[in-house]
Amino acid sequence: MQDVIIIGAGVIGSFVARSLSTYKLNTLVLEKETDVCDVTSMANSAIVHSGYDPKPGTKKAFFNVRGNKMMEEVCKDLDVEFEKCGTLTVAIHDEQLPLLDELLVRAKENGVEAVLLTKEEVIKREPNINPNVKAALLCPTGGIVNPFTLTAHAMENAIDNGVKIHLSEEVISITPKDDYFIVKTNKSEYETKVVVNAAGLASDKIARMVENVDWNINPRKGQYFVFSPFDKWKKNEEKFVRSVLFPLPSEKGKGILVSRTTSSNYIAGPSSEPVNDMTDLSTDASTLRKVKEGALSLVPNMPFGNSIRVFSGNRATPSTHDFIIEPSKTYPNFINVAGIESPGLASSPAIGEYVTNELVVPLLNAKKNEGYKKTIKKYIKPQTLSVEEQNEIIKKNPDYGQIVCNCELVSLGEIKDALNRSLPCLTNKALKKRTRAGFGPCQGGFCQPEVLRLLSERLGIAPTDVLYDKEGSQIILNKVKEDK
Amino acid sequence: MLTKDLVIIGGGSAGLAAAIGAYDNGVRDILVIEKGPFLGGILNQCIHNGFGLTEFKEELTGPEFASRFIKQAEERGIECLLNSVVTNVTCDKVVTFVNKGGTTKIKAKAIVMAAGCYERSPGAISLPGDRPSGVINAGQAQLYLNEHGLMCGKRVFILGSGDIGLIMARRLTLEGAKVLGVAELCAWSNGLNRNMVQCLDDYNIPLYLSHTVTNVIGKSRLEKIVISKVDENNVPIEGTEKEFEVDTLILSVGLIPNNILMVKAGAEIARNNGCLVNDKLETSIPGIYSCGNVLHVHDLVDNVVEEAREAGKNAAKYILGNNEINLSSINTKAGEGIGYVVPARIVIGDDEKDATLKFRVRKPSKDVYILFEQNGKVLKKMFKPAIIPSEMEITKLSKELLVKGDELVIRMVKKEAK
Repeated sequence: MQDVIIIGAGVIGSFVARSLSTYKLNTLVLEKETDVCDVTSMANSAIVHSGYDPKPGTKKAFFNVRGNKMMEEVCKDLDVEFEKCGTLTVAIHDEQLPLLDELLVRAKENGVEAVLLTKEEVIKREPNINPNVKAALLCPTGGIVNPFTLTAHAMENAIDNGVKIHLSEEVISITPKDDYFIVKTNKSEYETKVVVNAAGLASDKIARMVENVDWNINPRKGQYFVFSPFDKWKKNEEKFVRSVLFPLPSEKGKGILVSRTTSSNYIAGPSSEPVNDMTDLSTDASTLRKVKEGALSLVPNMPFGNSIRVFSGNRATPSTHDFIIEPSKTYPNFINVAGIESPGLASSPAIGEYVTNELVVPLLNAKKNEGYKKTIKKYIKPQTLSVEEQNEIIKKNPDYGQIVCNCELVSLGEIKDALNRSLPCLTNKALKKRTRAGFGPCQGGFCQPEVLRLLSERLGIAPTDVLYDKEGSQIILNKVKEDK
Repeated sequence: MLTKDLVIIGGGSAGLAAAIGAYDNGVRDILVIEKGPFLGGILNQCIHNGFGLTEFKEELTGPEFASRFIKQAEERGIECLLNSVVTNVTCDKVVTFVNKGGTTKIKAKAIVMAAGCYERSPGAISLPGDRPSGVINAGQAQLYLNEHGLMCGKRVFILGSGDIGLIMARRLTLEGAKVLGVAELCAWSNGLNRNMVQCLDDYNIPLYLSHTVTNVIGKSRLEKIVISKVDENNVPIEGTEKEFEVDTLILSVGLIPNNILMVKAGAEIARNNGCLVNDKLETSIPGIYSCGNVLHVHDLVDNVVEEAREAGKNAAKYILGNNEINLSSINTKAGEGIGYVVPARIVIGDDEKDATLKFRVRKPSKDVYILFEQNGKVLKKMFKPAIIPSEMEITKLSKELLVKGDELVIRMVKKEAK
């Protein structure tokens, strides 16, 4: 009998797992994809919102503000790239100015630091912004984070503290018993005292496996452009855009933003369109055209010629318009953590903590895990070190001197490290998310064959069995001179 | 800090030829830094023939062509480091590289940038639809097939009629794959004529001109693509969709100079991502030269090695102090009908008699004049019965004709309109 089964290994499932691992609990995470952070947590704006925007009194406001406060320490403990670069919500037209004042009031109510900047102050801070800017709301506690390592490292930390994870295992039914559940998957069957439903886009489907709920997840797609780190290369120059730039929010969301990422790329997006099929992650030319227009209205010189990728992600938008973080009505030991759309990333550590301390632990009367260690073993990133330090670690392990990904300067040593951590790394995409190999301008054109070889070697599988990402996403279909 | 007279970044055809050019002009203290495990660069994966027709007056495969240059470098005792990646170049010519021995900084008297190019990715062209596996760049598919013995797929469609795409159409067909077609956005092919004939026509692979991929379908592995005809503004025309059930979409949609290091060094960069160079192939940073596909993408390796030897020779002159200094230069400009011109500048008053100009036209044209004009005065006029973008034009212009100050404009006019 498991104490807890967490369904979903996105950023929420991972932080719930991490918080639960501070207690002596027998926790299992079930993830239907081949990797953690593989759906909504992977494809979003990677923003740590300050909390100025959610309506005061909502769960979104509470968890966002609390999560934002926790983020700096969490990222330090988990060796995650995080930068408090501040966010600017920008008014381009005079008629938007009252909205900015409203947001300032809301920020204060939520207890979030915010200041109104004049046109001149905005332009001084962001010289590349639309010169027609009228004013902007600066939230200095907003920032950017690497969502891939935030999720993966939180889960790794949970695993290091005793949590188990099963990838590629999809829950197909849940049967409530007296005071436990039988969770049936495509591979096995488990008994568990508590279920935490952190299934993201599928969380309504999972919730309905035990009772009729009155809320739905209505997936909304967001399409993005990714740009090469064109200003990082020009070492002496100022950052092209310093802060996260938002237009004024509307009913449909926070609008099309322009932001740097922690890897010095830029992103522009997201669009916002409802989709019927939560697995529909396609992009289309007309939507991307609108994204481009939106980005250009914030930053007229946004260099779209440096775009290296487009992607889309689906938000787990709840019909209730607020996070759903509560036990089911029928079963106090079935806990829904659903509808976590923006500001979910910022909220994730606070949600993990709350679900653990307020919802799970009281049910199980769990004891503290005295051996809990809140940090993970540091990842070695030779190219961030001084020449002397590089030489020291390359001397100890020459693999750190052999570059595999030339664009992102990722070494063989880093790839081997990622393949040998406690958190499984089983696909090309997983390795990409852990190490950044293949994220550069050539998009893996040069390094993917070597990455594939390393995966095949480490996993003990044929090159024709190495997956790009999902089940069935083989990169190579056959060896030469094999049956066609 | 270690010092070298000349550091060459890249040990492919351009880097080797530059090293040979520098050696033959008197420089001995040369280091070639190559990222891969072999010299010869991309030629190693180009196992088809057609290389060396001008350089060696015979038809060689890529590895054969490379081996001749490797031999020439060996005969001269040129030092080459393999598995070594340059991570930084500064404007005062300090090169940082890393390999299994550690991270090293070298102060060079001159540098030749010869790092080649990379392929434009599906994301860079905002390829619409899903993002399954099985969408792969042509050179990447070539690398898998020819160096690793791995086939990217069995039912293949190709987007873009660049040479590598055409070569791969034939190569995959020979390995048993079914290539269902090639779509090209332009109304003309972007590959060499000989590749159109030998790689597509000979295997009955249809070419869809003025077509592009408008949808990619497949959640895990590619299942289907849709192509559509495009209008004169490259906008897909509704109702012209054709579906192909394929497991692989190969992209051959252009090459981009791999010039990040020169951006980092602070050199002036041209629109194609290459450096702005003068007719000595010197970048805006004195003593740093650029040649081969990192400068502009060539269609023939024979032209690459010729350009690279020249860069090596000029670097040698710089190192040996035979460079005239404080000379003025004029700018070149791609005028009507011309896509780009290399070099961007021509030095005036040095001891070179001619400037070599390389350019491409924007679209295939017949019966045209190429005019070289300064301040409206025609300095040179070439008649071309036929000219196409996929074949780079190379011509020499007598520098004596040039006057200081005014830019040199190259443009194309119809014969009647002269």
